Amino acid sequence: MAVTPVTDSTFSAEVLEADKPVLVDFWAEWCGPCRMVSPVLDELSETYGDKLKFVKLNVDEHPQIAAQYRVTSIPTLNVYSGGQVVKQVIGAKPKAALVADLRDFIG
Amino acid sequence: MTDSAAGPRDVVIVGSGPAGYTAAIYAARARLSPVLLEGSVTAGGALMNTTDVENFPGFPDGIMGPELMDAMRRQAERFGTEIVTDDAVSVELDGPVKRIVDGSDRVWTARAVILAMGSGYRELGLPDEQRLSGHGVSWCATCDGFFFRDQEIAVVGGGDSALEEATFLTRFAKRVHVVHRRSQLRASKVMQERALRDDKITFQWNSVVSALHGEDRLTGIRLTDTQTGAQRDLAVTGLFVAIGHDPRSDLVRGQVHLDETGYVLVRPGSTATNLPGVFAAGDLVDHTYRQAVTAAGTGCQAALDAERYLAELADAQADAALVPSPDDRVSLPA
Repeated sequence: MAVTPVTDSTFSAEVLEADKPVLVDFWAEWCGPCRMVSPVLDELSETYGDKLKFVKLNVDEHPQIAAQYRVTSIPTLNVYSGGQVVKQVIGAKPKAALVADLRDFIG
Repeated sequence: MTDSAAGPRDVVIVGSGPAGYTAAIYAARARLSPVLLEGSVTAGGALMNTTDVENFPGFPDGIMGPELMDAMRRQAERFGTEIVTDDAVSVELDGPVKRIVDGSDRVWTARAVILAMGSGYRELGLPDEQRLSGHGVSWCATCDGFFFRDQEIAVVGGGDSALEEATFLTRFAKRVHVVHRRSQLRASKVMQERALRDDKITFQWNSVVSALHGEDRLTGIRLTDTQTGAQRDLAVTGLFVAIGHDPRSDLVRGQVHLDETGYVLVRPGSTATNLPGVFAAGDLVDHTYRQAVTAAGTGCQAALDAERYLAELADAQADAALVPSPDDRVSLPA
């Protein structure tokens, strides 16, 4: 499953009201490390998409949600469950490190 | 594919950036069929976090760091480099066949290895730094500047990176304080002049950041005067750390000789490490120049050194094959 984009207006339905945990990748075009981590998330989504939903939010085009969750550094990966942030990973990390960070949701 | 079945290949290059990609270009053109482990998220190296590179020869109008790295990567691929977007997680570098395990548990073997892992950002070493990272404390101005629109922020450091970041951040911030521990900058003159005449930039000379304020996000920093020891607070919501880099040599620590600050030691005038067949290039080795063009230069040297090493190895094996086994020996007349 590819990592699907969400927007300020679809965030609530796609993320907060989802029936399973959702990882949101806050990213932007001009962020080098975001471009690096993006293919890693595509791979993780392929492997673990049945357990954890993967979406991405472009902070440049949709700044409201990023501001609401006080994102001041990208990439930021927030995991939402039941409408709450239950895990936050800041900065690009190698695949193995991300898998370890997300173990609670994909294990 | 990994080469456990096919036998060791000639060269594996660990790390990308100008050093790794240049080594790959030269090694590929020497028909050494290099594999390049470029790193799963560090591919492209330090320049991936920069904006305009204005001092790389051949680009009179400057070039964006990521664009330059992408061009080098494509050049390496064009001549047959096999690029693997994964990390080296463990290495065995002694002995004639070197063994490298990547993040997906694949094993790569080679007769020569070029180390080009570069460097990572140096941290301030303050207790609240990790907690406030991503909550006001940042290591990437191009990534995070956007979030500090109309805010008052600070950059720590006095080198080219610090001034480049400060100048870039004036696009967003209301005011940028440059905190530097000396009264003079290390940065190139052109960067200095640009920052000094920017009326959005204020210099906090002879100052170090001694504490970070804020619960769930940064609200200010404490500065200590390096001359008088006097302390003062500066209300900033963002702090960009650009105080330099440390070599990423942990992977080879205990095998390859390092200096006391962790840089890989090479034989003067060469890229050879203490281990035969292991070469090192770029920021991993260099604590003096640390430029994209010098990293590319040493990457080239490493590939040429590796090529020569492999040729000598092949010659030695050919010579050994000519030596008759004991059974075949005949007594020479006295």
